[in-house]
Amino acid sequence: MSFSTVDFTLADGRDLVYLLVAIGFILALKGLSSPRGARRGNLIGAGAALVAIAMTFTDPAMRDHVAGVSHGLNLALMLIAMALGAVIAVPAARKVKMTAMPQMVAIFNGVGGGAAALVSITEFLKFPHGSVAVYKIFEVIFGVVVGCVSFSGSAIAFAKLQELMTGRPVTYPGQQAINAFVGAAIAALVVATLVTASVPILVVVLVLGLVLGVIFVLPIGGADVPVLISLLNSFTGLAVAASGFTLGSNLLIVAGTLVGASGILLTRMMSKAMGRSLPNILFSAFGSVITAASATGGDDRPVKSGTPDDIGVLLAYARKVAIVPGYGLAVAQAQHVARELADTLAARGVEVYYAIHPVAGRMPGHMNVLLAEANVPYDQLKEMEQANPEMPTTDVALVVGANDTVNPAAKTTPGSPIYGMPIVNVDQAGAVIFLKRSMRPGFAGIDNELLYDPKTTMLFGDAKDSLQKLVAAVESA
Amino acid sequence: MTVGIIELLTIFALAAFVGNEVISKVPSVLHTPLMSGSNAIHGIVLVGTMVVLADAHGPAELILGFLAVLLASLNVVGGFVVTDRMLEMFKAKPDPRPARSEAQAPDAGAAGGSATTPGGPQP
Repeated sequence: MSFSTVDFTLADGRDLVYLLVAIGFILALKGLSSPRGARRGNLIGAGAALVAIAMTFTDPAMRDHVAGVSHGLNLALMLIAMALGAVIAVPAARKVKMTAMPQMVAIFNGVGGGAAALVSITEFLKFPHGSVAVYKIFEVIFGVVVGCVSFSGSAIAFAKLQELMTGRPVTYPGQQAINAFVGAAIAALVVATLVTASVPILVVVLVLGLVLGVIFVLPIGGADVPVLISLLNSFTGLAVAASGFTLGSNLLIVAGTLVGASGILLTRMMSKAMGRSLPNILFSAFGSVITAASATGGDDRPVKSGTPDDIGVLLAYARKVAIVPGYGLAVAQAQHVARELADTLAARGVEVYYAIHPVAGRMPGHMNVLLAEANVPYDQLKEMEQANPEMPTTDVALVVGANDTVNPAAKTTPGSPIYGMPIVNVDQAGAVIFLKRSMRPGFAGIDNELLYDPKTTMLFGDAKDSLQKLVAAVESA
Repeated sequence: MTVGIIELLTIFALAAFVGNEVISKVPSVLHTPLMSGSNAIHGIVLVGTMVVLADAHGPAELILGFLAVLLASLNVVGGFVVTDRMLEMFKAKPDPRPARSEAQAPDAGAAGGSATTPGGPQP
């Protein structure tokens, strides 16, 4: 390859712009980690990405004449693919319901992992035969395997959150043996690919990478899925970094590594907010099955269930009511009705506030987004730390579709999977009302003693229906 | 453009430390938007997919390259848009005034469709 002076200038200029783009991404991440700078950070990131994409059209690959390559066709296909991507992604991202955000993130993350894997394997096809350094093959394999795990793992995570399949941990006989077999097969074939640089073997590795993603994610269920998505997000970052190594692109290495490193830290912060360790989340499926099984033993005890009218009266004549929203409220899209009930109570002079657990909803911070969407007044939102001191003076705690985040076992039962997790202390309120679909335990798969407490009343049913009935009951009380 | 593996590893190692440092203290409220935002950032793999498709030879490479550009475009475009939508919801939050629904309703209406609540007695 020979460059004219003009080419050198352009190439240097392009690399300089890519450097500025990389700095833009760092500033974007920094902005996103503080409430004040979050939105601007995201816009900086988007602007930087746009600049990088525009700059890439000046890449020599776009115009160098290589025998057998018709650039017109390639460029046309590129523009079609980009336009198609934008036409699909923008409406999908704009129209998605706030409650469905997590699975949307999972999908966008998965396709990114798929793209990184495709970059690596396509570059592999272009390698000249017999003259490739082993580390170059290793970069390709790493990109392919990690990208594929992220792709298929995100797809399963999407299916779980979208309720296309059960959200509970999936376990089956011989699971560990199968996992070990797939792991060993990949390791063996990676070595074979390194030695032979064979395309068919790499294709088998790719397929096994997809299988690995599926079997890695299946045993992870419920509230742990968001943490898993964060981890897969980090994986995609690493796969992108690997494809950056293959392409010799500083920008992809920096961007991918930034996401890979910050993603792992974020994953650990998320699991800490849930009072769990990351290995516990990833590999505890067998344990959780056992606790779920032992938890079902206590189902025969009596629980008190009330009618909407009874509970409406209780709420209407209370002085102070705490609404404790959880996953069930998100699923039932009940945030607007919850606000309606709060407004109705407030109109009667009842003091109402929302007590929000950091991991309430489907992801950390998700509940704040949902309630903001329903225009809940800011002064009624209380984070767990502010809400807990108010609990002893609260007459009624209305728990809407939450369970594990209010389970006193987190404080009282060492050995419980959620022991040590901070909870909203609804057990200290005068009376507790649970709006729940059934007596089924929460995601942690453990029983909640509070459900059997004499001061607890259950109202079974869909959170939205129940809240609507309560609004009517309060209005007529 | 042949860059030595050591240079690339240097960049990788330094970026890993920067990634770890830059998000040291994130309030849990922002965990989801941060995840979504960093998800968008790795969508920059689009730049790599473009180069790959640009000098693809033959049908296999063209198809793989086309798919790669398509998937990466979904990632980068969808990622930033969905993050912006999440953060749009936070915009009203840091305002400590007890702004009731009148003040916020036009905003929510612009944000998308059915965000404005049907009825609900105003206090």
